[in-house]
Amino acid sequence: MLTGHRTWVFDQKPVILSTGTVGGPFEAEGLLADDFDLLHSDLWINQDSYEKAHKVLIEEASTKAIEKAGLQKDQIQFFLGGDLINQITPTSFACRTLGTPYLGLFGACSTSMEGLALGAYLVNTKGADYLLTGASSHNTAVEKQFRYPTEYGGQKPPTAQWTVTGAGVALLSSSGKGPRVTSATIGRVIDMGLTDPFNMGGAMAPAAVDTIETHLRERNIDPSYYDLIVTGDLGKIGQKASLELFKKHGTPIREEQYKDCGLMIYREGQPVLSGASGPGCSATVVYGHLLNRMKKGDFKRMLVVATGALLSPLSFQQSETIPCIAHAVSIEYGGE
Amino acid sequence: MSNNKKKKLTPVQQEYQQLQTQLETKRPVLLNCIKAFITGGIICLIGQFIQNLYIHYFDFTDQTAGNPTAGTLIFIAMLLTGFGVYDRIAQFGGAGSTVPLTGFGNAVISAAIEHRTEGFVLGVGGNMFKLAGSVILFGVFSAFIVALIKTILIQWGGL
Repeated sequence: MLTGHRTWVFDQKPVILSTGTVGGPFEAEGLLADDFDLLHSDLWINQDSYEKAHKVLIEEASTKAIEKAGLQKDQIQFFLGGDLINQITPTSFACRTLGTPYLGLFGACSTSMEGLALGAYLVNTKGADYLLTGASSHNTAVEKQFRYPTEYGGQKPPTAQWTVTGAGVALLSSSGKGPRVTSATIGRVIDMGLTDPFNMGGAMAPAAVDTIETHLRERNIDPSYYDLIVTGDLGKIGQKASLELFKKHGTPIREEQYKDCGLMIYREGQPVLSGASGPGCSATVVYGHLLNRMKKGDFKRMLVVATGALLSPLSFQQSETIPCIAHAVSIEYGGE
Repeated sequence: MSNNKKKKLTPVQQEYQQLQTQLETKRPVLLNCIKAFITGGIICLIGQFIQNLYIHYFDFTDQTAGNPTAGTLIFIAMLLTGFGVYDRIAQFGGAGSTVPLTGFGNAVISAAIEHRTEGFVLGVGGNMFKLAGSVILFGVFSAFIVALIKTILIQWGGL
C-alpha cells in the first residue's frame, strides 16, 4: 500500500464505473463540448443565484454518474468532494439533496484528485463498495468570491486564467469494468513566495513538479511508463515553468506526453488569456474527455496531477504569499 | 520587487521567481496605453457632445452643463454594465474606461448587481460601495487637504 513516503499503490485497483460531467455555456463553445454529458446554455441554470446554479451542477453530475452505472442513489455509500465557495456550501447543499454520507474536501483546484485518491483508498481497503467523488466550480460564483464583481470593468493581465463552469463526478467501485485507479501521490504544500493572484499557473507549477517527481521516484518508474501526464490547470505560463523545472532537475518528461487540462478545454480565440482553471477544470476534462479517449484506446496509462492554489481573498489582501499543492493519481485501462 | 522583500526568500524561491519573471507574459504596456488613450478619448468625446447638447437645446451654460452631463454619462455606463458590455470595453480599454467618471459608475453598479442575491439591505446596500467606497473616501480626503493648502496660501501667503 504505502510505497515510499506519500504514495499509495492500490492492489485492488478500484474501478471508475462511470462518470458524470456537466458544463456551462462557455464550455459548450469550447473544444471538448462533445465530451460533456450535459451542457447548460445559461449560467443561471434556472436558479435565482449563481451559488444555487453551482449546486445544481454537482447534483446533475452525480445523478448522471449514478444513472450511467445503472445503480440507485441509496447504493452510493459516500460522497467525497468540494468546490471553491466559502465553506464549500454548493457541494454540501448538493449532498443534502443526494442524501449520501458525505466528506467535504477543500484542496482548491486540486480537490478533484484529492477526492479520487481518498476515494480509491477507501474502496481499496474495503471501506466502501460504491462511492462518488467529484469537484466543481462556477465561473461567476467563483469570480464573485475571489475577485471583483463580474461586471466590473477591470483589465485582466495576460497571465490570468478563466474559471471553468462545470462539475465532474466519478463513481468508484471495487469491482466492475472500466478504467482503474492504480496509485496516488499526496502533495506537499509548496510556496515559492509568489504573490500575484493573477498568475496562479506560475505559482502552482513547482507543486506539480514536486508531486510528479516524487511519484516517479517512489514508484520507481520512468516518465515513459505513462502515455500521458496531465496537469490540472497550470495554463500556458505554469506549463512552461514546470517544463523548465523538469529540464533543470533532469526528469526526462517529453513535451508530447505532458498536457494541461486548462489548455485543452477551450478553443483558440475564446477570451481565456492564459488558460482555464478551477476545480471543475480538471474534473470535467479528466472524467469526460480523457476517460473517453482512454476507453477508445488512445492511451493506456495516465497520471493526472491536479494543482491547487491555497489562497483566499483575505490572505491575498493581507499580502501573504500563495501556497500551492498538487495531488497525483494514476489511471490505467486495458492491457490487463 | 524591493530588496527587503527578497531577503526573506530562500535561494530556491529567488531562483524560481527569476524564472517566473522571464516566463510571464508581459502586459503590452505601450499597446495598452494607446488603447486606453483611444477608449478614454472616445468617452470624453461623447461627454463633450452631450454637454454641447445641453448647452444648445436646454437652458444650460458652460458652468452648469457639467452636472447633467456627468449624470447622463453615468447613466449610460450603468446601462452598459447591466447589459454586460462595460467589462468587455474595459478589457480592451483598461485605464481608458476605468479612470473617467463612467468607470466609477461601473464600479458602483457592478457591485450592486453582484450582491442583489443577498437582498436589498445587506446585499445591494451593504456592498454597493465596496469598490467605490475607497475612491469616495480618499477623493474627499485629498480634496480637503488641497482646499486646506489653498486656504492657507490665500489667507497668509497673500496670493
